[in-house]
Amino acid sequence: MKMMNTSTIHNKSKSPRSKQKIRVWPLLLPSVSVLAIWAVVPLVLTIWYSFQNYNLQAPPAVFGGLINFEFLFTDGDLPVVVMNTLVMVFGPMLITVILGLAFATLYDGPFPGRSIARLLVITPFFVMPTVAALVWKNLFFHPVWGLLAWAEKLVGLEPIDWFSSHPMLAIIIIVSWLWTPFSTLILLTALQSLDREQIEAARMDGAKSVSRFIYVVLPHLRRPVAVLLMLETIFFLSTYAEIYVTTMGGPGAATTNIPFYIFSRALMGFDVGLASAAGIFAILIANIVAFFFVRNLSEQL
Amino acid sequence: MSRAKSEKIDLLRMILGWFVGILMAFPVFWMALAAFKTEQDAASIPPKLFFSPTLENFVAMNERVDYVRHAWNSIVVSASSTLIAIALAAPAAYVMAFYATKSTRKLMLWMLSIRFMPAVGVLIPIYLILVHFNLIDTKFALIVITCLSNLPIIVWMLYSYFKEVPVEILEAARMDGARPLRQLRYLLIPLTAPGFASTALLGVILAWNEAFWCINITATEAGTLALAIASFANSEGQFWAKLSAASLASVGPIFIFGWITQRQLVRGLTFGAVK
Amino acid sequence: MFKNKIAAISATVMMAFGVDAQATTLTIATVNNPDMVVMQKYSAQYEKETGVTLKWLVLDENTLRQRVTTDIATKGGQFDIITIGLYETPIWGKQGWLQPFEKFSDKYDVNDILPSVKDALSYQGKMYSVPFYAESAMTFYRKDLFEAAGLKMPENPTWTQIADFAKKLDNKQTGVHGICIRGLPGWGENMALLGLVGNVFGGTQFNMNWTSAVNSKAWNNAIDFYVNLANKYGPPGVVGNGFNENLNLMAEGKCAMWNDATVAAGLLFDPKRSKVADKLGFAQNPVETWNKGGAWLWAWSLGIPSSSKNGDEARKFIEWATSKEYINMIGEKEGWVTIPPGTRKSTYTNQKYLAAAPFAAPTLKAIESASLVDNTAVPKPYTGINFAIIPEMQAINNYLGQQIAGALTGKTTVKAALDSAARNSDKIMTKAGYIK
Repeated sequence: MKMMNTSTIHNKSKSPRSKQKIRVWPLLLPSVSVLAIWAVVPLVLTIWYSFQNYNLQAPPAVFGGLINFEFLFTDGDLPVVVMNTLVMVFGPMLITVILGLAFATLYDGPFPGRSIARLLVITPFFVMPTVAALVWKNLFFHPVWGLLAWAEKLVGLEPIDWFSSHPMLAIIIIVSWLWTPFSTLILLTALQSLDREQIEAARMDGAKSVSRFIYVVLPHLRRPVAVLLMLETIFFLSTYAEIYVTTMGGPGAATTNIPFYIFSRALMGFDVGLASAAGIFAILIANIVAFFFVRNLSEQL
Repeated sequence: MSRAKSEKIDLLRMILGWFVGILMAFPVFWMALAAFKTEQDAASIPPKLFFSPTLENFVAMNERVDYVRHAWNSIVVSASSTLIAIALAAPAAYVMAFYATKSTRKLMLWMLSIRFMPAVGVLIPIYLILVHFNLIDTKFALIVITCLSNLPIIVWMLYSYFKEVPVEILEAARMDGARPLRQLRYLLIPLTAPGFASTALLGVILAWNEAFWCINITATEAGTLALAIASFANSEGQFWAKLSAASLASVGPIFIFGWITQRQLVRGLTFGAVK
Repeated sequence: MFKNKIAAISATVMMAFGVDAQATTLTIATVNNPDMVVMQKYSAQYEKETGVTLKWLVLDENTLRQRVTTDIATKGGQFDIITIGLYETPIWGKQGWLQPFEKFSDKYDVNDILPSVKDALSYQGKMYSVPFYAESAMTFYRKDLFEAAGLKMPENPTWTQIADFAKKLDNKQTGVHGICIRGLPGWGENMALLGLVGNVFGGTQFNMNWTSAVNSKAWNNAIDFYVNLANKYGPPGVVGNGFNENLNLMAEGKCAMWNDATVAAGLLFDPKRSKVADKLGFAQNPVETWNKGGAWLWAWSLGIPSSSKNGDEARKFIEWATSKEYINMIGEKEGWVTIPPGTRKSTYTNQKYLAAAPFAAPTLKAIESASLVDNTAVPKPYTGINFAIIPEMQAINNYLGQQIAGALTGKTTVKAALDSAARNSDKIMTKAGYIK
């Protein structure tokens, strides 16, 4: 019996072979037009404000030329902030995808109480990021009354002061905990549409479980994983609440990413011009990251 | 595969499945526990596992914020924004999945890129627009903004689920003479039902937990539970038990909703059945 | 006649359902501090008495400030009454964003308000918000631990003395830390205290030409001292500890000393909320080489945005909430220890309050001696004690606080942190037009 190559099937679907013509644009128009307004109007305003020297508490706005951009690009912290942003995207991404794959595989097969256990795994996603961060900060990470400190003292270790010595890691842990359910859910749903016959065929051909996984399951998951990575890029680029509630971007600028930078340097001072300029900069960085992804993942999408 | 080995794997699966589930949910469980402690118990060093429970935090919560109003706003905003987003997204995702061209691809990526602008950067301009149209503190504004924020995500998720459908099935139906609408009704929707369900679930959760816009553009009328929780964060003095109570009261409804829609996911279809 | 009958019936029905077409609604934005939560609770009574409907938005301090500032600066008009402090009041009063309080009703004793607080909430002689409660900073210490070690806390300690006490009382075995001190970064968090430390070590935050003075020798001494003290004798995780965390630690008996807001006294003194209620002593906040500016002045106050159309009703509510009668009512019903403190002279001559609150006298002393103008060893161009009352302050002091937190955790040296903060401050002040 021939082992079906799933990638061939998917490649076939790429060529334009639809014989039925349908009018594409009426279907696309609603969402596109709505998003266009949502994108264009704030963007235009933001661009306009980025050229104004405008502090909300000390009005009025005066034309400032490039003053905001100059301020932004002469900020010694900017490289660190960009680096932090990337770390905060790729760190949780790595963890959530690996764990998501593992959990999805785990929950794909039946066992008693599976639906309850599965709901438990998804629970973190129900919690607001602000609350989740506070829970981790106070109940787990705190070196005096946190559970981790208590466990560390039990085995005779000095409790780790997470937010002083490993602030970035702490934030990555919190974000990963919050988003692993998302990754699990997407991959689990994708696994459930996997053709069981292919796996059976492979098994009967004598393929071991590991190679079954690599050659049958993983290719099937290429697209969901690609979509997952794109979506997580969006979410993790805008990590904000978790930082606000725990480290406030510190110590120093150790956990300041671009959204938090906008908040603390611009919004906190009610400098609308600077906030707008930094917003434009954020879009620039995000587009670069996305470009990198699209280059590498476009066949999968 | 031998029987013994298959049983061993099932046992392992069960043990791991439960262990992982409990581990992941533990922080939430701990928070839920704190909701029933007095402030002193909640703050005690070392943490207390046994204590005498009380409902005083929930009472205090309702004195400060109108729980029913906030919960209702949460339900209305999450449900409306998600439904509208799905209604707008499904046709677009359909086109991009089955009639993909280079320009539709570019469109997809452009949609995603809209989400790149951080909300903090655009807060003041949006606020000014809303003030101009008298939309501050209205559910309408919150629904629109939440819907638009989540729309790109929902388009992409539906697209990915549509792409899962093997084209041969649609081809076969087409060659049997079925028109697009029939395809949709009898094939596509049943095949992608779990995808719709999980997209709806995720959309609702994203909307439910949307805090930034909620806090910044509402006041006393249109606030959702996210705002109610903000009332209890970080005040002077002890707040941990009350915050846990408010969070539990917010997580509760969405948890139940998750449980209900999760059953849809359980019904994962095998293609053997369809064929 | 038929029409009249209908009108009469519908009016009766409306009254039966509590619908009064003429009632005013006031939208109030306030902070989720315990005193305001109590005010919210008792305002139900106000609603009943006056028929006014009150709608509340209650948020934590930083979020509330953000929200209210956004609204008032964009003329959003969402609120009738806002809870602000002595930071916003002069700035917004100057902008014309707040309605001035020119006339009070006869029974409202406005002259009873403590002068330093009243002046802090005024601009050009007019009050722009009315104080709800006010506070300063003080030293809390464990009398029992001091006695056991044979130590005595002077009424006006210096930081050097405090460091010495901390060294002697720090006990890893019993888990009691020498001193609990703020470390959480933020202009209202660690900088609230460190602004004071800077003052008493002889420094200021801005030079007369508005260039930054936080990298001066005085400030380097101050922050070196602080970093040393916090790391040696403070609890682990100092950088995550703000007011709340330290309150918790102190109440759980983990600290020998704590310098912070005078309002903590009420909470620490309550045996329901604190394990050390009977073991507390109070002293003034420390000074060092300079003996002024060692304690802050802060007031939470109620103001009315210019955009509000319900100014008269708002004024009436504000008078109710900040009156002697309100304070008395809270004293009788909730306990004298928990009344909103620091606003009125009459509070500090009230025997019932003095009997219930042994911290009343040092609190009053701290508030009365706090001057927004005369507090530094060198001349300064700004008003304010631990921060400058200018719009740019939040961003500048937040950054400074972050840098110091970095020094605290060893990520950077004190000198580098202060230099970086000074550069940042100069950049911002140049952009804002202060430095030419």
